[in-house]
Formats: sequence, C-alpha cells, structure tokens
Amino acid sequence: MITTYLFYFLSFLAIMFGLMVVLSKNPIHSVLYLVLCFFTIAGHYVLLNAQFLAVVHVIVYSGAIMVLFLFVIMLLNLNKETEPHKSLWLKASAAVASGSLLVVMVASLKGASTIQSTNTFNPSIGLIENLGTTLFKDFLLPFEVSSVLLLAAMVGAVMLGKKSIK
Amino acid sequence: MTLGYFIYKLILVVLVFAVTLVIAMYSTYAERKVAGFLQDRLGPNRAGWFGILQPVADAVKLFMKEEMIPSVSNRTLFILAPGLSLLTACMTGVVIPWGTSLNLFGANYSLQVTDLNIGILYLFGVVSIGVYGIMIGGWASNNKYSLLGAMRASSQMISYEVAMGISIIALIMTTGTLSVGQIAAQQHGWHWNILVQPLGCLIFVVCAFAETNRAPFDLPECEQELVGGYHTEYSSMKMGFYLFAEYINMFISSAVISTFYFGGYNMPFVGRFVHDANALALLGVVFLFAKIFFGIFFFMWVRWTIPRFRYDQLMNLGWKVLIPLSILNLVLTGGWMMRHEILSVFIK
Repeated sequence: MITTYLFYFLSFLAIMFGLMVVLSKNPIHSVLYLVLCFFTIAGHYVLLNAQFLAVVHVIVYSGAIMVLFLFVIMLLNLNKETEPHKSLWLKASAAVASGSLLVVMVASLKGASTIQSTNTFNPSIGLIENLGTTLFKDFLLPFEVSSVLLLAAMVGAVMLGKKSIK
Repeated sequence: MTLGYFIYKLILVVLVFAVTLVIAMYSTYAERKVAGFLQDRLGPNRAGWFGILQPVADAVKLFMKEEMIPSVSNRTLFILAPGLSLLTACMTGVVIPWGTSLNLFGANYSLQVTDLNIGILYLFGVVSIGVYGIMIGGWASNNKYSLLGAMRASSQMISYEVAMGISIIALIMTTGTLSVGQIAAQQHGWHWNILVQPLGCLIFVVCAFAETNRAPFDLPECEQELVGGYHTEYSSMKMGFYLFAEYINMFISSAVISTFYFGGYNMPFVGRFVHDANALALLGVVFLFAKIFFGIFFFMWVRWTIPRFRYDQLMNLGWKVLIPLSILNLVLTGGWMMRHEILSVFIK
C-alpha cells in the first residue's frame, strides 16, 4: 500500500521537476531541477527493488554527468542578454513537432495495458549478485560490445580534444 | 517494524549525528592545537582550561556575526548551498559500522544504522553529489573568485573520484562484498585490508585528501590566489556551515579509511583478554574512534607538512599517476586472485 503512495508521490515529483527543467528561464536552475528529477527516478528504481541501479543512476547521472553540465553552463555564463532569439515560425514548427510526438507517445501508451509480459518479473533481479550473473552469463556479448562502444567514444573525445594531431 | 525497533534506530541516528557534530566542532580546536604543536606555538589557550571552550566561543561568534547576502547574487541558491554541503556531509554516517552489536535485555542491537548491501556505492554516491554544495555556492555568489574556486573544486573531485573508484573496485574484488558491515566483520584479528591492498589503501587515502579539499589539495580555497575560494562571499554561520562540512567530511573519511583498510572496530588480541560480548562491542567502538582520531590527526599533520600543489601538478597527479597506479593495482589483484587458473594454463 505504502509503495503505491510512494510511487504516485515520486511520479508527481518527477513530472513536476521535468516540467520545471523546461519552464525555468535560468539554465542553471534547469540543470538543478534535472538533478532532482534524476533523484526521483532513482527512487523509482528503489521501489522496483533495483538498489544497484538506483545508486549507479545517482553516481553516474547526478554525480558525474550533471556536474559536468553544470560546469559547462556556469563557465558559459548564459543569461537573458546572450539568449539567441528564434523566429516565430521556428517556434511554431517546434511546438507542432513535439506536440505530434506527444500524441504518438500517448497513443502508443493507450494500448500498453493489453501487452502481457512474457517473462515473469523476478523481484530480486535488481540485487547486485543477480544482476552481475545475468550480465556476465546471459548477456556477456552485448555487455562487452557496449564497453567497446564506450571506449571508442572516449578515444574519440581525446582525439577531438587534442589541439593538433601529429 | 515495531515501535521499539523504530525508537532504537532513531536513537542511533541521533547519536551518530550528535557525535559527528561534536567531533567536527572539536576538530577545529584540534586543528589549531596541532598547528600550534607543529609550529612550536601554544595554539588557543584563553577560553577555558587549555582553550577547551574555544569551539563554543567560535560558534557563538559565527552565530552573532552580521549576515551578508550580496544583492547581485542568486538568493535562494546562495542560502541553499551551505545547507546542501552540510547535508551531504552528514548523510554518509549511516552505513558506517561503529561497532558490532550490543545485547541488551535479550535483544540484539547492531551499532550500524543500516547495513545496505550496496553500502560502498551509497558512500560513493553521496560523495559524488557532495560537490553540488560547493558548485552552487560558488556560482550563486556572483563573484569570479568564488566561481573559480567552485570550478576547481568540481574538476578536482571528479578527477580524483575515478582513481578512488578503481581502488575501491580492487577492494571489492578481494572482499567479495559491497556491504560495509561485512567488510568490517571480515577484518577480524589481523586480517586488515591494508595488508592485502597496500597500494589501494595509499591511493584511497590520497584521493580522500583530494575529495575533502584538504591540504595539499586545498586549491578550491587557495587564499593567495582566490581570496577565500568558493566561500569568499559567505559570512556568519553560512561560512561556518562550509567549514563544518569540511571537518565532518574529514571525520567521515577517517572513519571510512579505518573501516575499509584498518580493521574498523577490530583490534587483534582483544578477544583473549575480554570475553563479555557487550564489553567487546564497546571496546570495538573505542578502537574505531582511536583509529579515526589518528586519521584526523594525520589529516592535520599532512596539512602542516606538505605545501599546496600547483593546479597542473594536481591534475597530473590525478590523471597520470593515480589512475594508472589504481588500474595496475586492479590488474595485479585480479591476477593474484586468478593465479591458479593462470598457472594451470602454462603448466599444462
């Protein structure tokens, strides 16, 4: 019972903070609301008994990626004066495009209640032992391939960061 | 989830919180006394016996001072930031096992607030969000020195978190658990982790210095270059919060280092002399605090011994020395753990 209330509470917060990210005028405020939004999503993971995922979510997104975002935005010193002004038809087309995306997503979610999951949900899958076993036994190849992908991204970032390539 | 359980946890949390604050308070006194001792001075000796009331006097002074909020700053974030800094500093105490367990009135009371099965990751997560307090404070002050201090703090903490994380992974490999309580329990007697992971311990201690922004890594508040760093614009108790958060972080890092590498509440040969379980548990708490106090003294000792790094030296040390060393440590640990499998490949 209490988990249901917590679910609705966290969902409300997540949506509210998500809206605040978009609606805030100040980019620093947007980043901070996004961090709060990530915390509520970590709370959802805890409700699903996926503690490892929750804490890794906090470490990676809130602790590393958003700190870098904040870092860059603070150094750029964005404010109202430097804000680029878009033309009206660009704004209108953006609103139409994202509005139709919203319609598509709502329409696809409308039929989601009839979808039956084929696997039964294992509530202990989020615990670190089970997650490790699953990743390194059942999904070993995708796991290793994704690590190669990250390595490629890292090497690419270093290459782009170099001033001159000899 | 009975009421008794709830009350016991509540008492434990309040106790941990109170002890943390008192130790942080007296760390300011100890810092000045240790500095005095190392520089052949007396240190504070006016307020009370041997200056023992000095922290109280300091706290009263900080509370009574005029509070200044710069008119151009971002008011909400400016007020929020020191509180955030203190909050994240206090959050880590819950997963540290302060002792084994006490047996009172036929029930067992563990001296650890909660033994999360991802305790180490929880610690790491709280440390990684600890940087927000400094960053927001530095930015909201609307002062270039504050902003530079905050930038330095965040890049320093992100850089040293990598080496710290890799050295912890090597520790997790040898202990086989992420629970801080189990790591402490495994180090019974002489099985301290520093004997298994000496290099990992060294890397972790160096990174802990950098994460707490203590000398020789105190570049975020480097007075000669940045006035006061990220808390230049802060006055009164808001600045007190930042200083307090630093001392709490120092206390918690000493507790974490003691628990991870120096046996936590364990002490060899104690079990031979003391047989009562409750007395042993209480002695464990005493030993843990003795180790923590030595750790805090070590932090201060280093501060007054080693001069501050230059910023490029700091980054070189982090990225070009500590990270390769920690990866080497990881590989060596893995190789040693799999030595039979590796040898059997060559022998056959």
